[in-house]
Amino acid sequence: MAMKKKTLKIILIGHVDHGKSTLIGRLLLDTNSLPREKISEIRKISRELGKETELAFLTDQLKEERERSITIDTTQTFFKTRKRNCVIIDAPGHVEFIKNMITGASLAEAALLLIDINEGIREQTRRHAYVIRFLGIESVIVLFNKVDLVDYKEERFREVKSELLKLLEALGIKPSFLIPVSAKKGVNIIQRSKKTSWYNGPPLLKTLDLLKVKPETANRPLRFPIQDVYDLSGEKVIVGKIVSGTIKKGQDVISFPALREAKVKSIKVFGKSGKVEGRAGENIGLVLDKAPFAERGEVITRKGDRLKPSDRFKGKIFWMFEEPLQINESLILRCATQEVKCVVEKIEKRINSSTLKVMEEDAGELKTNEVGEVILRTEKPIAIEKFSFIEELGRFVVERGYNPRGAGIIT
Amino acid sequence: MNYLDELENKSIYIIREAYSRFKRMALCWSIGKDSTALLWIARKAFFGKIPFPVLHIDTSFKFEEIYEFRDKYRKEWLLDLIICRNEEALKEGMCPEKEKLECCNALKTEALKNIIKQNGFKALLLGIRRDEHGIRAKERYFSPRDTGFRWDYQNQPAELWDLYKSKIEAEHHFRIHPMLHWTELDVWKYTGREKIPTVGLYLAMGGKRYRSIGCAPCCSPVDSKATSIKKIIKELETTKTPERSGRAQDKENTYTMQKLRSLGYM
Repeated sequence: MAMKKKTLKIILIGHVDHGKSTLIGRLLLDTNSLPREKISEIRKISRELGKETELAFLTDQLKEERERSITIDTTQTFFKTRKRNCVIIDAPGHVEFIKNMITGASLAEAALLLIDINEGIREQTRRHAYVIRFLGIESVIVLFNKVDLVDYKEERFREVKSELLKLLEALGIKPSFLIPVSAKKGVNIIQRSKKTSWYNGPPLLKTLDLLKVKPETANRPLRFPIQDVYDLSGEKVIVGKIVSGTIKKGQDVISFPALREAKVKSIKVFGKSGKVEGRAGENIGLVLDKAPFAERGEVITRKGDRLKPSDRFKGKIFWMFEEPLQINESLILRCATQEVKCVVEKIEKRINSSTLKVMEEDAGELKTNEVGEVILRTEKPIAIEKFSFIEELGRFVVERGYNPRGAGIIT
Repeated sequence: MNYLDELENKSIYIIREAYSRFKRMALCWSIGKDSTALLWIARKAFFGKIPFPVLHIDTSFKFEEIYEFRDKYRKEWLLDLIICRNEEALKEGMCPEKEKLECCNALKTEALKNIIKQNGFKALLLGIRRDEHGIRAKERYFSPRDTGFRWDYQNQPAELWDLYKSKIEAEHHFRIHPMLHWTELDVWKYTGREKIPTVGLYLAMGGKRYRSIGCAPCCSPVDSKATSIKKIIKELETTKTPERSGRAQDKENTYTMQKLRSLGYM
């Protein structure tokens, strides 16, 4: 049934001018997802700017983006395949907009890596591939774009493919599909094209139906970070999102790091009376037998669970800001609903996120777009997990001033 | 979890997150389908009673049906409703016939600015969605506005996972967009499933219906036979007409929306 279909969230990545926005335009056009007026609007504006009809303008909506022919900020576009609803998150390919690319990628569960077959691998191809790996995206489709510019030659495809596979292997990414395409000409997008008769795989649209994504985390241990506590006519209701596992009425629970124990008296969801169980992904209200029990930032788990709060741990940080991160500077770390002061005590390795080269060991600072393998120390112990085990408690941001400046994962 | 539940859960999380960060906040209710769905979800987030004011920015040019709907449900849903009007501009005769961009700016944006200042709101919940306009597709869930209410769309802060930005300068405020990830079709499917009441103008009468409602002089209906929500859903699954095609202001200039929004418009 259509209502049950989940929307596949895909980030589109690749170097600047390799054709990301054009590909989205092509997908919208060929899946019939475009209003007629939209097409004529794009034609008109392209004319006014003295350009050929520019499919990229469908997503490059800002005036500055169209005049400069670049994508500044991430955007999202909706369309349908035969089996799925899809949303494509278009990310800017310029290095200076990497924080916008990471913003988009943090919402995705799959990635389309686009590479200009004529130009081959470039700086942002590598960096974007690194970012999606960093963020834990495992489902990847690679598109070798502009195959028309190399006369549809298989030889060139093989060349770039083998180079790219080397890079992806180094990152630990196994692509699900590798497709030669031309976004501009519509080759291998909706249908397999005769022009690339040497390619036997499915066209892009088909692969979006075939792509597998990570299962939900219901079968992991219970983790319920407290978001807020409401007072409803004298009754304390603890609200939040179950990030993993399940919680049941009558269950014995314990909170971290305060180690307070209680029993679940009821599970509240407005409009659903008699709820006895909550599962991963649900936002619920919890009433416990002992009040006052808890506050924002604590994490509730099953009693007897061996979650260990920590104030010193290893992680990786992708630094997104011009002013470098300094060791021992005071920052705010946020992980789920937890928020504590922290310092980076040690930068064991400073890594260039494009070349993957280790720039320095035991470094004093981390520059923009570099990744650090670091040791963090927080002011108070917090409940964390390895990113590979429970994502929500294994990912964090570090804030300086009022903004997130670094994206982090716990390793 | 089914997909409408997934959308709803994400919205609930964002609404609760906003409230845990900013007690001085309000929900902007235009009484259209999106902000009514938002209001519905907010009622769920707070177990029936929204603990902050609901704003209706009243240009005085809204459809009669909108006012009737508002007055009926403000009571039924126990809303702490604040009606904001730019009386000064209205006295001076501001109306859509003058200049549409100017009118929107005076009667909506300025009215909103006044009410934010008077109440010291730090955050406003709005029902905008990414799929309704390309400019809105660029938005963040937690979107800061400076003293002049400007949206710095060229330099938005990073927003990772559900770790939303929560700190700003004292005189700045946040626009919070809990429905950003919904499509028009999603909103109708949800409205149908939840049996959320909506203004009757959305349903076809005599072969026409409104897909987007606001000020009466600036909205025109589209051809439609959709006399029920079920039929609207069917219609939307095949239509090629954009949602806001009946809105006058968007058409006049391609970048009008960008201009309006950077000045503080919703």
